[in-house]
Amino acid sequence: MNLDWTALGQVAAVSLAVTVAVVTVFALGVLGLARYERAREEGAGTSTVGGAQAGLCFVACAAVVAYGIYLIVPQFH
Amino acid sequence: MDHITFLVAVVIVTALAFDFTNGFHDTANAMATSIATGALKPKTAVLISGVLNVVGAFLSTEVAKTISGGIVDDTLVTPGMIFAGLVGAILWNLLTWLVGLPSSSSHALFGGLIGAVWVGAGSHGVHFDKVVEKVLIPAVASPLVAGVAALLATYLAYKLTSRARKQSVTKGFRLGQIASASLVSLAHGTNDAQKTMGVITLTLISAGALGHDAGPPVWVIASAGLAIGLGTYLGGWRIIRTMGKGLTEIQSPQGFAAETASTTVILTSAHLGFALSTTQVASGSILGAGLGRRLAEVRWGVAGRMVVAWLVTLPAAALVGGVSAGVVKHGGNLGTAVVALVGAAVAAGIVLVSRRNPVSAHNVNDAHEVTIRSTEEPTTVGTAA
Repeated sequence: MNLDWTALGQVAAVSLAVTVAVVTVFALGVLGLARYERAREEGAGTSTVGGAQAGLCFVACAAVVAYGIYLIVPQFH
Repeated sequence: MDHITFLVAVVIVTALAFDFTNGFHDTANAMATSIATGALKPKTAVLISGVLNVVGAFLSTEVAKTISGGIVDDTLVTPGMIFAGLVGAILWNLLTWLVGLPSSSSHALFGGLIGAVWVGAGSHGVHFDKVVEKVLIPAVASPLVAGVAALLATYLAYKLTSRARKQSVTKGFRLGQIASASLVSLAHGTNDAQKTMGVITLTLISAGALGHDAGPPVWVIASAGLAIGLGTYLGGWRIIRTMGKGLTEIQSPQGFAAETASTTVILTSAHLGFALSTTQVASGSILGAGLGRRLAEVRWGVAGRMVVAWLVTLPAAALVGGVSAGVVKHGGNLGTAVVALVGAAVAAGIVLVSRRNPVSAHNVNDAHEVTIRSTEEPTTVGTAA
C-alpha cells in the first residue's frame, strides 16, 4: 500500500487557502454592497467606493467560479 | 440484443435504481444549506440540482474503467455479484434516508460489492489495503479538511461583516450560496452518474453485448443521467432537514462558507485524483461552519449518530451484499428473482414507514429532527409545532 500523502497534503493546503480567500473576498464584496445600499437609502447620494469595491470583489469570485466550471467539464481540458 | 440475459437485464434495472437513490440521498450535499437559509425555495433548489446533475452526467465522458477503483478484483466480478452488491447499497441508502442520516452512497456501493465478492469469490477477491487507502483515510481526512476550512472562513466572514448592515449581508451571501451550491451539483453529476454508467457498461461488456474498451452507449448515459437527476429532483427531504437544520442552525454567511469549502475540497481532490465522499465533505463543512460562528449551537448528538452511520455503512452494505450474493450464487435465476423481490419488498416497506411522518418541501425547515413515529405521539409534538 502506498498512500499518497503528498496529494493529501496538497488537497488540504489548497482547499484551505482557496476557501478562506474566496470567502474573504466575497465578504469584502458584501461589505461594499452594504455601504453602497446604506448610502443610497440615507439619501447621501451613492457610494462610488462601495459600489466599486463590491463590483471588483464579485467579479473576482465569478472568475473563481468560472475556473471551477472549467475544472468540472472535461471537454474544456 | 440476444446477449441481454435475464440477469443482465436485472443488473441494469438495479443499477438505475441505485443511481436514483444516490440522487435523492445526495441532494442534501449541495442544497441543504441553501434551503435552510432561504437562499433558494425548496422546490427551486431541487430543480436546479436535478437539472445540473443531468447536465453533469452528459458532460462526463470519462466513464469509470473499473467498477470499484481497485477495491475488489474486477476480473473475478460476475454480473450476479454486481447485482448483489447493488441490492446491499440500495437498501442501506434507503434505511439511512428513513432515519434522516447523511451517509455516503459510494461507501454503500463499495460495501455491497466487497460483501458480494467476498461471498461469491472468496476473501482473496477483496483488496483490503485498497479499502484503507480509498475509503478509510479519505473518510477521516476529507471532512476534517473541509471542516477546518469552513470554520476559518465562517469566522472571517462574520468578523469582516460584523458592522455592516444585516440586510445587505444576508442578501449578499444568499446570492453567493446559489452559485456555490450549483457548482456542487454539477460536480456531483459528473462524478456519481458516471459510476452507474460504469457499472452498466462493464456488465454489458462482461455479457458480450459490447466489445472490450467500448464506451457507454447513448441510452446508458441518458438513463443514468435521468435516474440520478430524477432522484435529486424528488429530494431526500429527510436528509436535507438533518444537514440544513439538524447539525446546527445555519445562517447565510455560514452556508456560503460551508458550500465554498465543500466545492473546493471536492474539486481539488478530483483534480489530484484523490477519492472521497461528497456526503462526508459536505457534513464536515457544515459542522465547521457551525463552530465558526460564535454562540452557534452544534448538536453533537446528531453529529455523533452521523459518524456512527458512516462507520456502519460499509460493513452493513457488505452484509446485505454478501447474503444476496450467496443466494444468487446457489439459486441461479430463481435466486436472483427472489433477491430482487425481497429487496423490492423491503424498499417498499421502508417507503411505507416513512409515510407515517413524511418530510417534504413544505415542512423541511419546520423542525430539526427526523422522526419515524407518527406526529400524533406526544414525544414528537413539541418539535413539530
